[in-house]
Amino acid sequence: MKISYNRELCQGHNRCYMLAPELFDVDDEGYAVLKVEGEVPAELHDKAQLCVDNCPEYAIELTD
Amino acid sequence: MSDTKAPVEDWATDFDHTHPDYAAGAPAIWDDLRKRCPLAHSERFGGMWVPTRADDIKAIADNDFGNYTSHEVVVNEYANNDEMMPPPIGGAPPITSDPPFHADARRLLLAPFAPKQINKLEPFTRQYCHDLLDVALAKAKDNGGVFDAAIDYAQHIPVRVIAEMLGLPPEDGDRFRTFIHHIIENPIERELEEEETIEYYLDAQIERHRANPKPEGEGDLIDHLLSVEIFGEPLSPEHVRGTVVLLLIAGIDTTWSSIGSSIWHLAQHPADLERFRNEPDVRIFAIEEFLRLYAPVTMARRVAKDHELRGQQLKQGDWMLLPFPAGNRDPEAFEDADQFIIDRQKNRHGAFGLGIHRCLGSNLARMELAVALEVFTERVDDFELLDPATVRFSTGQIRGPRELPLKVHFDA
Repeated sequence: MKISYNRELCQGHNRCYMLAPELFDVDDEGYAVLKVEGEVPAELHDKAQLCVDNCPEYAIELTD
Repeated sequence: MSDTKAPVEDWATDFDHTHPDYAAGAPAIWDDLRKRCPLAHSERFGGMWVPTRADDIKAIADNDFGNYTSHEVVVNEYANNDEMMPPPIGGAPPITSDPPFHADARRLLLAPFAPKQINKLEPFTRQYCHDLLDVALAKAKDNGGVFDAAIDYAQHIPVRVIAEMLGLPPEDGDRFRTFIHHIIENPIERELEEEETIEYYLDAQIERHRANPKPEGEGDLIDHLLSVEIFGEPLSPEHVRGTVVLLLIAGIDTTWSSIGSSIWHLAQHPADLERFRNEPDVRIFAIEEFLRLYAPVTMARRVAKDHELRGQQLKQGDWMLLPFPAGNRDPEAFEDADQFIIDRQKNRHGAFGLGIHRCLGSNLARMELAVALEVFTERVDDFELLDPATVRFSTGQIRGPRELPLKVHFDA
Protein backbone atom coordinates (compact mmCIF):
# COMPACT_ATOMS: atom_id res chain seq x y z
CA MET A 1 0.00 0.00 0.00
CA LYS A 2 1.30 3.43 -1.04
CA ILE A 3 -0.09 6.77 0.10
CA SER A 4 -0.07 10.02 -1.86
CA TYR A 5 -1.10 13.50 -0.84
CA ASN A 6 -1.95 16.45 -3.09
CA ARG A 7 -0.79 19.68 -1.47
CA GLU A 8 -2.74 21.69 -4.06
CA LEU A 9 -6.04 20.28 -2.78
CA CYS A 10 -5.20 20.49 0.94
CA GLN A 11 -7.02 23.32 2.74
CA GLY A 12 -5.63 22.62 6.19
CA HIS A 13 -8.58 20.82 7.78
CA ASN A 14 -5.98 18.81 9.78
CA ARG A 15 -8.15 15.70 9.91
CA CYS A 16 -5.26 13.46 8.74
CA TYR A 17 -2.82 14.92 11.25
CA MET A 18 -5.29 14.30 14.08
CA LEU A 19 -6.14 10.75 13.02
CA ALA A 20 -2.67 9.59 12.04
CA PRO A 21 0.22 11.68 13.36
CA GLU A 22 2.43 8.73 12.39
CA LEU A 23 1.66 9.47 8.72
CA PHE A 24 1.08 13.23 8.65
CA ASP A 25 2.68 16.21 10.31
CA VAL A 26 1.44 19.77 9.92
CA ASP A 27 3.49 22.78 8.85
CA ASP A 28 3.57 26.22 10.47
CA GLU A 29 0.60 27.34 8.37
CA GLY A 30 -1.47 24.29 9.20
CA TYR A 31 -1.12 22.39 5.93
CA ALA A 32 -0.49 18.66 6.00
CA VAL A 33 2.98 17.23 5.46
CA LEU A 34 3.24 13.56 4.47
CA LYS A 35 5.83 11.83 6.66
CA VAL A 36 6.19 8.50 4.87
CA GLU A 37 7.51 7.93 1.37
CA GLY A 38 6.54 4.86 -0.58
CA GLU A 39 5.11 1.87 1.26
CA VAL A 40 2.85 2.43 4.26
CA PRO A 41 3.94 0.10 7.09
CA ALA A 42 1.41 -2.71 7.54
CA GLU A 43 0.48 -1.62 11.06
CA LEU A 44 -0.59 1.79 9.71
CA HIS A 45 -2.83 0.57 6.88
CA ASP A 46 -6.02 1.16 8.86
CA LYS A 47 -4.92 4.66 9.82
CA ALA A 48 -4.01 5.46 6.21
CA GLN A 49 -7.51 4.43 5.16
CA LEU A 50 -8.97 6.70 7.87
CA CYS A 51 -7.02 9.64 6.46
CA VAL A 52 -8.47 9.02 3.00
CA ASP A 53 -12.01 8.54 4.30
CA ASN A 54 -11.99 11.73 6.38
CA CYS A 55 -10.29 14.25 4.09
CA PRO A 56 -13.02 16.72 3.09
CA GLU A 57 -11.01 17.87 0.08
CA TYR A 58 -10.19 14.41 -1.36
CA ALA A 59 -6.49 15.26 -1.15
CA ILE A 60 -5.23 11.82 -0.04
CA GLU A 61 -5.14 8.62 -2.08
CA LEU A 62 -4.02 5.03 -1.52
CA THR A 63 -2.72 2.74 -4.25
CA ASP A 64 -1.71 -0.91 -4.11
CA MET B 1 -39.74 41.33 13.93
CA SER B 2 -39.40 37.63 13.21
CA ASP B 3 -42.94 36.83 14.32
CA THR B 4 -44.31 39.18 11.65
CA LYS B 5 -42.54 37.42 8.77
CA ALA B 6 -44.73 36.21 5.96
CA PRO B 7 -45.35 32.47 6.23
CA VAL B 8 -43.33 30.26 3.88
CA GLU B 9 -45.74 28.57 1.45
CA ASP B 10 -43.21 26.26 -0.20
CA TRP B 11 -39.54 26.08 0.84
CA ALA B 12 -38.53 25.21 -2.74
CA THR B 13 -39.71 28.56 -4.08
CA ASP B 14 -39.95 30.80 -1.00
CA PHE B 15 -36.97 29.76 1.16
CA ASP B 16 -36.26 31.92 4.23
CA HIS B 17 -33.55 30.87 6.70
CA THR B 18 -34.52 33.72 9.03
CA HIS B 19 -38.05 32.38 9.50
CA PRO B 20 -38.95 30.84 12.92
CA ASP B 21 -40.13 27.65 11.18
CA TYR B 22 -36.59 27.17 9.86
CA ALA B 23 -35.12 27.40 13.35
CA ALA B 24 -37.53 24.76 14.53
CA GLY B 25 -37.18 22.30 11.68
CA ALA B 26 -34.32 22.98 9.25
CA PRO B 27 -33.13 19.34 8.88
CA ALA B 28 -36.55 18.18 7.63
CA ILE B 29 -36.66 21.13 5.20
CA TRP B 30 -33.23 20.19 3.77
CA ASP B 31 -34.22 16.52 3.41
CA ASP B 32 -37.41 17.45 1.59
CA LEU B 33 -35.63 19.87 -0.79
CA ARG B 34 -32.80 17.48 -1.52
CA LYS B 35 -35.32 14.96 -2.86
CA ARG B 36 -37.56 17.19 -4.94
CA CYS B 37 -35.73 20.46 -5.62
CA PRO B 38 -31.99 20.33 -4.86
CA LEU B 39 -31.49 23.96 -5.89
CA ALA B 40 -34.25 25.90 -4.12
CA HIS B 41 -35.01 29.55 -4.81
CA SER B 42 -36.49 32.50 -3.03
CA GLU B 43 -37.53 35.99 -4.05
CA ARG B 44 -36.75 37.14 -0.53
CA PHE B 45 -33.56 39.17 0.17
CA GLY B 46 -33.57 40.33 -3.46
CA GLY B 47 -33.28 36.79 -4.87
CA MET B 48 -31.50 33.80 -3.35
CA TRP B 49 -30.55 30.23 -4.37
CA VAL B 50 -30.20 27.36 -1.90
CA PRO B 51 -28.45 24.08 -2.78
CA THR B 52 -28.91 21.13 -0.41
CA ARG B 53 -26.82 18.37 -2.01
CA ALA B 54 -23.26 17.77 -0.77
CA ASP B 55 -21.74 17.67 -4.27
CA ASP B 56 -23.39 20.95 -5.33
CA ILE B 57 -22.30 22.65 -2.11
CA LYS B 58 -18.71 21.50 -2.54
CA ALA B 59 -18.60 22.58 -6.19
CA ILE B 60 -19.94 26.05 -5.33
CA ALA B 61 -17.48 26.40 -2.43
CA ASP B 62 -14.62 25.27 -4.68
CA ASN B 63 -15.72 27.96 -7.17
CA ASP B 64 -13.39 26.63 -9.87
CA PHE B 65 -14.91 28.88 -12.54
CA GLY B 66 -15.14 32.11 -10.54
CA ASN B 67 -18.95 32.03 -10.70
CA TYR B 68 -19.29 33.31 -7.12
CA THR B 69 -17.85 36.07 -4.98
CA SER B 70 -17.35 36.12 -1.20
CA HIS B 71 -17.57 39.91 -1.04
CA GLU B 72 -20.64 39.50 1.16
CA VAL B 73 -21.09 36.33 3.22
CA VAL B 74 -24.12 37.18 5.35
CA VAL B 75 -27.42 37.54 3.49
CA ASN B 76 -28.89 41.00 4.04
CA GLU B 77 -31.09 43.56 2.36
CA TYR B 78 -28.69 46.49 2.35
CA ALA B 79 -26.72 47.69 -0.66
CA ASN B 80 -22.98 47.26 -0.05
CA ASN B 81 -21.23 50.54 -0.78
CA ASP B 82 -17.95 50.09 1.12
CA GLU B 83 -15.57 52.14 -1.01
CA MET B 84 -12.66 51.60 1.39
CA MET B 85 -12.73 47.81 1.00
CA PRO B 86 -13.77 47.10 -2.60
CA PRO B 87 -13.58 43.66 -4.22
CA PRO B 88 -11.48 41.52 -4.00
CA ILE B 89 -10.75 42.70 -0.42
CA GLY B 90 -14.18 43.12 1.20
CA GLY B 91 -15.06 44.43 4.62
CA ALA B 92 -13.66 41.57 6.74
CA PRO B 93 -10.63 40.04 5.01
CA PRO B 94 -9.95 37.25 4.28
CA ILE B 95 -13.49 35.83 4.58
CA THR B 96 -14.87 38.58 2.33
CA SER B 97 -11.91 38.41 -0.06
CA ASP B 98 -11.66 36.74 -3.45
CA PRO B 99 -8.54 35.49 -5.25
CA PRO B 100 -5.86 36.58 -5.72
CA PHE B 101 -5.89 38.96 -2.73
CA HIS B 102 -7.48 36.29 -0.53
CA ALA B 103 -4.42 34.03 -0.34
CA ASP B 104 -2.12 36.83 0.84
CA ALA B 105 -4.58 38.11 3.45
CA ARG B 106 -5.24 34.59 4.71
CA ARG B 107 -1.56 33.66 4.96
CA LEU B 108 -1.08 36.44 7.56
CA LEU B 109 -3.41 34.53 9.89
CA LEU B 110 -2.66 30.87 9.29
CA ALA B 111 0.24 30.46 11.72
CA PRO B 112 -1.54 31.74 14.87
CA PHE B 113 -4.43 29.34 14.17
CA ALA B 114 -2.37 26.26 13.24
CA PRO B 115 -2.93 23.26 15.54
CA LYS B 116 0.33 23.43 17.49
CA GLN B 117 -0.32 27.08 18.43
CA ILE B 118 -3.95 26.44 19.32
CA ASN B 119 -3.09 23.47 21.53
CA LYS B 120 -1.22 25.84 23.85
CA LEU B 121 -4.59 27.40 24.75
CA GLU B 122 -6.07 24.11 25.93
CA PRO B 123 -5.14 24.36 29.65
CA PHE B 124 -6.54 27.91 29.81
CA THR B 125 -9.76 26.77 28.12
CA ARG B 126 -10.11 23.74 30.39
CA GLN B 127 -9.70 25.81 33.54
CA TYR B 128 -12.26 28.33 32.28
CA CYS B 129 -14.79 25.53 31.59
CA HIS B 130 -14.32 24.31 35.17
CA ASP B 131 -14.79 27.85 36.49
CA LEU B 132 -18.04 28.23 34.53
CA LEU B 133 -19.39 24.94 35.86
CA ASP B 134 -18.44 25.85 39.44
CA VAL B 135 -20.84 28.78 39.10
CA ALA B 136 -23.49 27.03 36.98
CA LEU B 137 -23.73 23.96 39.22
CA ALA B 138 -23.89 26.07 42.37
CA LYS B 139 -26.75 27.98 40.73
CA ALA B 140 -28.45 24.70 39.80
CA LYS B 141 -28.19 23.42 43.37
CA ASP B 142 -30.15 26.46 44.56
CA ASN B 143 -32.62 26.16 41.69
CA GLY B 144 -34.00 22.64 41.83
CA GLY B 145 -31.15 21.27 39.70
CA VAL B 146 -31.94 23.57 36.77
CA PHE B 147 -29.45 25.62 34.77
CA ASP B 148 -29.14 26.66 31.13
CA ALA B 149 -26.25 24.96 29.32
CA ALA B 150 -26.35 27.50 26.45
CA ILE B 151 -26.59 30.65 28.55
CA ASP B 152 -24.61 29.65 31.66
CA TYR B 153 -21.94 27.56 29.92
CA ALA B 154 -21.57 27.25 26.13
CA GLN B 155 -21.92 30.92 25.15
CA HIS B 156 -19.08 32.07 27.41
CA ILE B 157 -16.34 29.69 26.27
CA PRO B 158 -15.46 31.01 22.79
CA VAL B 159 -15.91 34.60 23.96
CA ARG B 160 -13.35 34.20 26.74
CA VAL B 161 -10.80 32.41 24.56
CA ILE B 162 -10.97 34.82 21.61
CA ALA B 163 -10.79 37.81 23.98
CA GLU B 164 -7.59 36.27 25.35
CA MET B 165 -6.18 35.76 21.85
CA LEU B 166 -7.08 39.25 20.62
CA GLY B 167 -6.15 41.06 23.82
CA LEU B 168 -9.66 42.43 24.46
CA PRO B 169 -11.15 42.93 27.95
CA PRO B 170 -12.89 39.68 28.95
CA GLU B 171 -15.62 41.64 30.74
CA ASP B 172 -16.81 42.95 27.34
CA GLY B 173 -18.29 39.54 26.44
CA ASP B 174 -21.89 40.77 26.53
CA ARG B 175 -21.02 43.53 24.06
CA PHE B 176 -19.47 41.00 21.68
CA ARG B 177 -22.64 38.93 21.73
CA THR B 178 -24.72 42.04 21.01
CA PHE B 179 -22.53 42.83 17.99
CA ILE B 180 -23.06 39.30 16.74
CA HIS B 181 -26.79 39.55 17.14
CA HIS B 182 -26.82 42.67 14.97
CA ILE B 183 -24.39 41.38 12.33
CA ILE B 184 -25.25 37.71 11.90
CA GLU B 185 -28.36 36.65 13.72
CA ASN B 186 -30.61 39.52 12.77
CA PRO B 187 -28.86 41.65 10.15
CA ILE B 188 -32.10 43.10 8.82
CA GLU B 189 -33.47 44.37 12.10
CA ARG B 190 -32.54 48.06 11.91
CA GLU B 191 -29.73 50.56 11.30
CA LEU B 192 -27.50 51.16 14.34
CA GLU B 193 -26.28 54.30 16.07
CA GLU B 194 -22.53 54.80 15.61
CA GLU B 195 -21.70 54.17 19.28
CA GLU B 196 -23.49 50.80 19.09
CA THR B 197 -21.36 49.49 16.25
CA ILE B 198 -18.55 47.00 16.47
CA GLU B 199 -16.42 49.35 14.36
CA TYR B 200 -16.68 52.11 16.96
CA TYR B 201 -15.72 49.74 19.77
CA LEU B 202 -12.83 48.12 17.93
CA ASP B 203 -11.30 51.38 16.71
CA ALA B 204 -10.76 52.32 20.37
CA GLN B 205 -9.34 48.89 21.23
CA ILE B 206 -6.99 48.91 18.23
CA GLU B 207 -5.84 52.42 19.11
CA ARG B 208 -5.07 51.22 22.65
CA HIS B 209 -2.89 48.44 21.19
CA ARG B 210 -1.17 50.85 18.78
CA ALA B 211 -0.31 53.18 21.67
CA ASN B 212 1.08 50.35 23.83
CA PRO B 213 3.34 48.20 21.66
CA LYS B 214 4.54 44.97 23.28
CA PRO B 215 7.95 43.30 22.99
CA GLU B 216 8.28 40.93 20.04
CA GLY B 217 6.85 37.50 20.79
CA GLU B 218 4.65 38.76 23.63
CA GLY B 219 1.89 40.35 21.58
CA ASP B 220 -1.68 39.25 21.00
CA LEU B 221 -3.46 38.91 17.64
CA ILE B 222 -4.20 42.64 17.35
CA ASP B 223 -0.50 43.37 17.95
CA HIS B 224 0.26 40.77 15.28
CA LEU B 225 -2.00 42.49 12.73
CA LEU B 226 -0.40 45.85 13.54
CA SER B 227 3.08 44.41 12.91
CA VAL B 228 2.65 42.36 9.72
CA GLU B 229 2.84 43.58 6.13
CA ILE B 230 0.99 42.75 2.93
CA PHE B 231 2.67 43.45 -0.42
CA GLY B 232 5.48 45.20 1.51
CA GLU B 233 3.17 47.63 3.31
CA PRO B 234 1.56 47.65 6.78
CA LEU B 235 -2.11 46.70 6.75
CA SER B 236 -4.49 49.61 6.25
CA PRO B 237 -6.54 50.59 9.33
CA GLU B 238 -9.64 49.28 7.52
CA HIS B 239 -7.95 45.93 6.89
CA VAL B 240 -6.86 45.60 10.54
CA ARG B 241 -10.31 46.48 11.81
CA GLY B 242 -12.12 44.29 9.28
CA THR B 243 -9.99 41.30 10.21
CA VAL B 244 -10.48 41.88 13.94
CA VAL B 245 -14.24 42.04 13.32
CA LEU B 246 -13.95 38.70 11.58
CA LEU B 247 -11.80 37.08 14.27
CA LEU B 248 -14.04 38.36 17.04
CA ILE B 249 -17.42 37.42 15.67
CA ALA B 250 -16.74 34.40 13.47
CA GLY B 251 -15.75 32.12 16.31
CA ILE B 252 -18.29 33.04 18.95
CA ASP B 253 -21.85 32.03 18.15
CA THR B 254 -20.57 29.32 15.81
CA THR B 255 -18.64 27.46 18.51
CA TRP B 256 -21.24 28.30 21.13
CA SER B 257 -23.81 26.65 18.81
CA SER B 258 -21.70 23.58 18.33
CA ILE B 259 -21.10 23.08 22.06
CA GLY B 260 -24.79 23.64 22.79
CA SER B 261 -26.04 21.26 20.09
CA SER B 262 -23.67 18.56 21.30
CA ILE B 263 -24.87 18.89 24.91
CA TRP B 264 -28.47 18.90 23.59
CA HIS B 265 -27.73 15.58 21.87
CA LEU B 266 -26.01 14.03 24.89
CA ALA B 267 -28.90 15.05 27.17
CA GLN B 268 -31.24 12.96 24.99
CA HIS B 269 -28.97 9.98 24.20
CA PRO B 270 -27.64 8.34 27.36
CA ALA B 271 -25.83 5.57 25.46
CA ASP B 272 -23.79 8.15 23.51
CA LEU B 273 -23.10 10.03 26.74
CA GLU B 274 -21.77 6.86 28.38
CA ARG B 275 -19.46 6.10 25.49
CA PHE B 276 -18.19 9.67 25.25
CA ARG B 277 -17.51 9.78 28.96
CA ASN B 278 -15.92 6.34 29.34
CA GLU B 279 -14.11 5.77 26.05
CA PRO B 280 -11.49 8.48 25.42
CA ASP B 281 -10.51 6.80 22.12
CA VAL B 282 -13.98 7.34 20.68
CA ARG B 283 -13.91 11.10 21.27
CA ILE B 284 -11.84 11.92 18.18
CA PHE B 285 -14.65 10.42 16.07
CA ALA B 286 -17.46 11.71 18.27
CA ILE B 287 -16.31 15.33 17.95
CA GLU B 288 -16.36 15.10 14.15
CA GLU B 289 -19.79 13.46 14.26
CA PHE B 290 -21.16 16.27 16.42
CA LEU B 291 -19.65 18.71 13.91
CA ARG B 292 -21.20 16.85 10.96
CA LEU B 293 -24.73 16.31 12.22
CA TYR B 294 -25.05 19.62 14.05
CA ALA B 295 -22.88 21.82 11.84
CA PRO B 296 -23.77 25.37 12.83
CA VAL B 297 -22.58 27.43 9.88
CA THR B 298 -24.32 28.35 6.64
CA MET B 299 -22.25 30.76 4.54
CA ALA B 300 -23.35 32.89 1.63
CA ARG B 301 -21.91 34.06 -1.66
CA ARG B 302 -23.14 36.34 -4.41
CA VAL B 303 -23.37 35.12 -7.98
CA ALA B 304 -20.49 36.90 -9.75
CA LYS B 305 -21.59 36.19 -13.32
CA ASP B 306 -24.65 34.84 -15.04
CA HIS B 307 -24.54 31.07 -15.43
CA GLU B 308 -26.69 27.96 -15.43
CA LEU B 309 -26.83 25.48 -12.55
CA ARG B 310 -29.12 22.44 -12.35
CA GLY B 311 -31.19 23.84 -15.19
CA GLN B 312 -31.74 27.21 -13.50
CA GLN B 313 -30.53 30.58 -14.79
CA LEU B 314 -28.50 32.33 -12.07
CA LYS B 315 -28.03 36.08 -12.43
CA GLN B 316 -25.13 38.21 -11.27
CA GLY B 317 -25.93 39.64 -7.83
CA ASP B 318 -28.24 36.81 -6.76
CA TRP B 319 -27.51 35.44 -3.30
CA MET B 320 -26.16 31.88 -3.10
CA LEU B 321 -26.68 30.36 0.31
CA LEU B 322 -24.24 27.57 1.23
CA PRO B 323 -25.91 25.41 3.89
CA PHE B 324 -23.00 23.15 4.82
CA PRO B 325 -25.24 21.50 7.46
CA ALA B 326 -27.58 20.34 4.66
CA GLY B 327 -24.68 18.81 2.72
CA ASN B 328 -23.57 17.02 5.87
CA ARG B 329 -26.91 15.18 5.96
CA ASP B 330 -26.92 14.15 2.28
CA PRO B 331 -27.45 10.35 2.07
CA GLU B 332 -25.50 10.32 -1.21
CA ALA B 333 -22.40 11.42 0.72
CA PHE B 334 -22.87 9.78 4.14
CA GLU B 335 -24.16 6.36 5.14
CA ASP B 336 -27.14 6.63 7.50
CA ALA B 337 -26.77 10.37 7.09
CA ASP B 338 -29.54 11.28 9.53
CA GLN B 339 -28.13 9.07 12.31
CA PHE B 340 -25.59 10.07 14.97
CA ILE B 341 -22.93 7.34 14.84
CA ILE B 342 -20.48 8.15 17.58
CA ASP B 343 -17.52 6.31 16.02
CA ARG B 344 -18.30 7.05 12.35
CA GLN B 345 -15.20 6.03 10.39
CA LYS B 346 -15.93 7.76 7.05
CA ASN B 347 -16.75 11.38 7.72
CA ARG B 348 -15.75 13.94 5.09
CA HIS B 349 -18.00 16.58 6.62
CA GLY B 350 -17.94 20.22 5.56
CA ALA B 351 -18.79 21.77 8.93
CA PHE B 352 -15.85 24.15 8.59
CA GLY B 353 -16.61 24.92 4.98
CA LEU B 354 -14.76 23.60 1.97
CA GLY B 355 -12.21 25.07 -0.43
CA ILE B 356 -10.11 28.18 0.05
CA HIS B 357 -12.35 29.66 2.75
CA ARG B 358 -12.05 26.68 5.13
CA CYS B 359 -12.73 28.08 8.60
CA LEU B 360 -9.51 29.70 9.77
CA GLY B 361 -10.42 28.93 13.37
CA SER B 362 -11.31 25.27 12.85
CA ASN B 363 -8.52 24.02 15.12
CA LEU B 364 -9.57 26.48 17.81
CA ALA B 365 -13.25 25.56 17.51
CA ARG B 366 -12.50 21.84 17.61
CA MET B 367 -10.30 22.25 20.68
CA GLU B 368 -12.97 24.31 22.45
CA LEU B 369 -15.71 21.82 21.58
CA ALA B 370 -13.65 18.83 22.76
CA VAL B 371 -12.56 20.49 26.01
CA ALA B 372 -16.05 21.86 26.72
CA LEU B 373 -17.62 18.42 26.31
CA GLU B 374 -14.89 16.60 28.24
CA VAL B 375 -15.22 18.94 31.21
CA PHE B 376 -19.03 18.94 31.02
CA THR B 377 -19.35 15.15 30.96
CA GLU B 378 -16.76 14.83 33.73
CA ARG B 379 -18.46 17.35 36.03
CA VAL B 380 -22.17 16.90 35.27
CA ASP B 381 -22.92 13.32 36.11
CA ASP B 382 -26.62 12.87 35.46
CA PHE B 383 -28.56 15.40 33.37
CA GLU B 384 -31.51 15.63 31.01
CA LEU B 385 -33.48 18.28 29.16
CA LEU B 386 -35.73 20.13 31.58
CA ASP B 387 -38.42 20.09 28.88
CA PRO B 388 -37.77 19.62 25.12
CA ALA B 389 -40.31 22.39 24.42
CA THR B 390 -38.18 25.00 26.23
CA VAL B 391 -35.14 24.51 23.97
CA ARG B 392 -34.92 27.38 21.48
CA PHE B 393 -32.78 27.23 18.33
CA SER B 394 -31.48 30.34 16.55
CA THR B 395 -32.66 31.57 13.17
CA GLY B 396 -30.35 32.81 10.44
CA GLN B 397 -27.04 31.48 9.17
CA ILE B 398 -25.71 30.14 12.51
CA ARG B 399 -27.75 27.27 13.90
CA GLY B 400 -27.66 26.17 17.52
CA PRO B 401 -29.57 26.25 20.80
CA ARG B 402 -29.81 29.71 22.37
CA GLU B 403 -31.82 28.42 25.34
CA LEU B 404 -31.05 24.94 26.65
CA PRO B 405 -32.46 24.42 30.16
CA LEU B 406 -31.16 21.24 31.78
CA LYS B 407 -32.17 19.39 34.90
CA VAL B 408 -29.26 17.96 36.89
CA HIS B 409 -29.77 15.09 39.36
CA PHE B 410 -27.20 15.73 42.10
CA ASP B 411 -27.90 12.70 44.25
CA ALA B 412 -27.16 10.22 41.49
